[in-house]
Amino acid sequence: MLVALTVAVSVTALVLAAWCGHAAYRDQPTKDWHFIGMAVVTVLTLAQLAVAIVLLARGERPAQGSVIFVSYLLGALLAVPAAGFLSLGERTRWGSVTVSAGAVVLAVLEVRLHDIWGG
Amino acid sequence: MAEEGRVAPAKLVRGPGLLLVWLYGVMSVGAVSRSVYQIATDFDGAPLAHVLSAVAGVVYVFITYTFVRGGETARKAALVCCGAELAGVLIVGTWTLADPSAFPDATVWSDYGMGYVFIPVLLPVTGILWLRRSRRNGAAAGSATGSGSATG
Repeated sequence: MLVALTVAVSVTALVLAAWCGHAAYRDQPTKDWHFIGMAVVTVLTLAQLAVAIVLLARGERPAQGSVIFVSYLLGALLAVPAAGFLSLGERTRWGSVTVSAGAVVLAVLEVRLHDIWGG
Repeated sequence: MAEEGRVAPAKLVRGPGLLLVWLYGVMSVGAVSRSVYQIATDFDGAPLAHVLSAVAGVVYVFITYTFVRGGETARKAALVCCGAELAGVLIVGTWTLADPSAFPDATVWSDYGMGYVFIPVLLPVTGILWLRRSRRNGAAAGSATGSGSATG
């Protein structure tokens, strides 16, 4: 379940990165549809956090430590919303570039999360 | 924002500056949380590496703050810090390659920031370029239309 969500978040994050990258390429700011995309990614990271908390509560332990694991989960949860919030104040292509970068950061965090959980 | 009716200060968070602030923010959170965790759990294991991570974290937080604050003084301070950051990445990066035994644990700046997709070495360079350009744009009465000439 956790692995499935990790893959799902990574894939949707990369799609979001490509989508916003395309918007930036076309010299457009982030629009409502992009924010819906960000919301989808954020809901998935929330689900990931919930599943991870359940796993931890059941007594399963990540290979590299629970503190690091939870820190990365929180970082993953905040990465895209924070970038989206910044893009609200920058109605140019650079808002789109920033969201795109935020989604890439999220994908990297997911790879790290996978390592932290599995060793 | 309160600009006290003076000449519009150089606004650094616009256009490419937004992307830079975002990346500096990410690096701040990454470096600070990493060093807090390392120092709290295993300081004696690799004191040099952990102190350097903490220094990197402080530098990133300060640069993020100066960018957000804006204005000419902050711009100059950020320029100095970006220079220090670049020097730090180059020195620590070379040091980790030349003498790996001094670093039992990695720092943010190990191997020129390879563990962070080389962002640590790219950020100060783009930061300095952006800060230098901001002065020229800022002289033109702080026009908010940065998209035309802004091509990274």
